[in-house]
Amino acid sequence: MSQDFEPVIVGFLCNWCSYTGADLAGTSRSRYPPNLRIIRVMCSGRVEPAFVLKALREGADGVLVAGCHPGDCHYQEGNYKTMRRMALLGPLLDQFGIERARVRLEWISASEAGRFVEVVKEMTSRIKALGPLRLGHAQDAEPIAEKLAPA
Amino acid sequence: MGKPKVAFYWCASCGGCEEAVVDLAEGILEVVGAVDIVLWPVALDFKLKDVHALPDGAIAASFINGSVRTSEQKEWVELLRRKSGLVVAFGSCAHIGGVPGLANLYDRAGIFERAYDLVPTADNPGRVHPQTSTKVAEGELRLPEFFNTVRTLDQVIPVDYYLPGCAPPPDLILNAVQAILAGTLPPKGSVLAPAKALCDTCPLKESKPEKMAIKEFKRIATSAPDPAVCYLAQGYVCLGPATRSGCGERCIKANMPCRGCFGPTPEATDLGAKALGALASMVDTKDPDEAARIMAMLPDPAGALYMYALPSSLLQRKKMEAAHG
Repeated sequence: MSQDFEPVIVGFLCNWCSYTGADLAGTSRSRYPPNLRIIRVMCSGRVEPAFVLKALREGADGVLVAGCHPGDCHYQEGNYKTMRRMALLGPLLDQFGIERARVRLEWISASEAGRFVEVVKEMTSRIKALGPLRLGHAQDAEPIAEKLAPA
Repeated sequence: MGKPKVAFYWCASCGGCEEAVVDLAEGILEVVGAVDIVLWPVALDFKLKDVHALPDGAIAASFINGSVRTSEQKEWVELLRRKSGLVVAFGSCAHIGGVPGLANLYDRAGIFERAYDLVPTADNPGRVHPQTSTKVAEGELRLPEFFNTVRTLDQVIPVDYYLPGCAPPPDLILNAVQAILAGTLPPKGSVLAPAKALCDTCPLKESKPEKMAIKEFKRIATSAPDPAVCYLAQGYVCLGPATRSGCGERCIKANMPCRGCFGPTPEATDLGAKALGALASMVDTKDPDEAARIMAMLPDPAGALYMYALPSSLLQRKKMEAAHG
């Protein structure tokens, strides 16, 4: 089962650094696992905690948020705000029984195609080891309280 | 043609919403004079069979408070949905899950174990837990099923309107009743309260600094806030930025930061996540280690951020272990 498991990872990459870094990995013909589904955002600071939770709820096994290195934010402060949100999101996820390794924050610059590839490889293998998150399945799987009628 | 029929029902709730109806004071006479109450368990002796005896759609409006936690509650609200023209989710528990919804950080087995075995006052050597069916000499006794997950009313039946609050304030209740009687209700699905965030109407708004810079989180359990200064600026968790206004700022005026009982503003999908974003952004550090240290001053972020809104949140509950499925 676990050998066949291919995790779905949603990646929110900032337009100015990390998305450009991913683009460079592509144009450089680097190879990395196809598990990451990339969503380009203007800034990692645009990634509201609700985006991460929604991705997990809707079937993602992991979420990567990537932005410019500290001090390099195109909007000066956005990546620091994201760093602080992720610092609180981690303990919150603990309480929901979701392993912290499933949600990861990385700084990847526009020139760091190699680093992008490493992060995707590493994250994919870690989440493969953790197994599927199956949040939706688990939450519907009440033994007696059959799935309630939708609103 | 008689007066419009109205029902009040309670599910997993504390009784505070019933108090809120009584809190209408003289206003309640106006309501009672205009409608015919066909069900109100806290005050009047009607039974399940009385509701069954009504034709479908006979009740003009049912005001249902409490979240849905047992099979009996599910059966009642499904019945009331069939019998009612309008269903109003009354109060935080029916609207967004309420305080009982914090039980979604646990499951049935854990709750039963805690309540019947582990609490210091428990005297249950046989570890007997509630069963849906028990055979005794006289026959079979039955109890409703206790669900693993606490649900909001609209996760069980379609809901037409929402009256938020723990409990809803009298002015909003009267407005809602008058709108129903006069036929001047907003579009279905509306929350019958203002759309602004609480911070917009907060009496401490003027004391809010231009730039928030939280260096530490404080807790009302261990220190009292300055009643004249924005609680967030002082480092107390206040859900005002993400919570709908309309409550009359009752907590703020009692020196208590907002806990979010009115639910999220229309723009916010998830109250706790929105509040988390706002709160963490205000923390004044650029160092990840220091950020982690400051966040650790909040020992129970889920409880603080989702005190009233856990069942209606994106995650809804703690992940269920596979063994239960």
